[in-house]
Amino acid sequence: MENLVNIFVKSIFIDNMIFAYFLGMCSYLAVSKTVKTSTGLGIAVIFVLGFTVPVDFLLEKFVLKAGALAWISPSLADVDLGFLSFIMFIAVIASMVQLVEMVIEKFAPSLYTSLGIFLPLIAVNCAILGGSLFMQEREYANIAEATVFGLGSGVGWFLAIVGIAAIREKIRYSNVPAPLRGLGITFIITGLMGIAFMSFMGIKL
Amino acid sequence: MSKEKEPLFSAKNLKLLSEPLGQSNPITVQVLGICSALAVTVKLKPSIVMALSVAVVLAVSNVVISLLRKMIPPRIRIIVQLVVIAFMVILVDQVLKAYAYEVSKQLSVFVGLIITNCIIMGRLEAFAMGNRPWPAFLDGLGNAAGYGVILIIVAFFRELLGSGTILDMKVIPQSFYDAGYVNNGMMILPPMALVVVGIIIWVQRSRRKNLIED
Repeated sequence: MENLVNIFVKSIFIDNMIFAYFLGMCSYLAVSKTVKTSTGLGIAVIFVLGFTVPVDFLLEKFVLKAGALAWISPSLADVDLGFLSFIMFIAVIASMVQLVEMVIEKFAPSLYTSLGIFLPLIAVNCAILGGSLFMQEREYANIAEATVFGLGSGVGWFLAIVGIAAIREKIRYSNVPAPLRGLGITFIITGLMGIAFMSFMGIKL
Repeated sequence: MSKEKEPLFSAKNLKLLSEPLGQSNPITVQVLGICSALAVTVKLKPSIVMALSVAVVLAVSNVVISLLRKMIPPRIRIIVQLVVIAFMVILVDQVLKAYAYEVSKQLSVFVGLIITNCIIMGRLEAFAMGNRPWPAFLDGLGNAAGYGVILIIVAFFRELLGSGTILDMKVIPQSFYDAGYVNNGMMILPPMALVVVGIIIWVQRSRRKNLIED
């Protein structure tokens, strides 16, 4: 249990998708103009990461890893399908996004309308594929850890995009040097926010 | 068939190569492909490898999609594009693992993330779907070069100021350190990559007024 909380906190603050790995920067920069839309996108990312990381974990454990196919028959024990992982993960992500979209549409229509076009866009958000690849690299022990990691990364991304959106709404009233307006100042502010987030480094639960 | 006679390096084709370096740079102007790229810019060497990998993936998948463009049904084009990109990335990843294992370890997951690099999807969608293979190839190379240039500039400053080296060779003389010069540890941390890109955008836009946003 303690371990799970630790992974959760670590993936939100210390290994934050945006500030530590720059994942999902494209939509982060493009959609962060107002707090409302970025909240929608952030929630969608939490959803999709929370679903895809455990699914990819199972895929990795039972299909892709070296010797993972041994549960079918012992003769397959030395098959290593690791080189297929990129294409399998991206396929899982694309189909999970579709599935999550359908489920939300059925059971939470109001959430569906507020998320709108963001759900399909998420399929090509680097943060999602990044989540699965980090899960693979860090070799989480069981599915609970993988799920918590996925959710935590999503929450970290959510915090980052809502934070920058709030700052960008305010900064519209400030006198920014002309060449820095828009993109330039957003980069620099993201850097400063990243430095602030680094103060969480070294926290261990 | 009149276009067949167009010379290989006509002015129009050369423009495809040169424009992404400045005027329509994929990172600083089109805002594509920032994801994952910056994380590798702590040292110059992995950045160069990353830039080359992206160039190979982008140029080849541009050509492939451009060759297939009349056969791909529009409704499933995204999936076809993803498959082509993923195939190329797997090739690059395997080659790196075989011949440059050290660098491939440093790049870790970021080679795989080339798949979702928006710059590649963006160029396939915006250019390769509507153009012939040769211009598509040049467009791919040009955009990859524009991307690589930013990556290398960022990595150059981060390595020089952060570790005092370039390509792992010491360039700041020992006498500087003796006189009290200290490497700026900040530059190695991820947030500084963003600030460096912000400054590059600032410099570029103050030289080209037409890029300024309101």
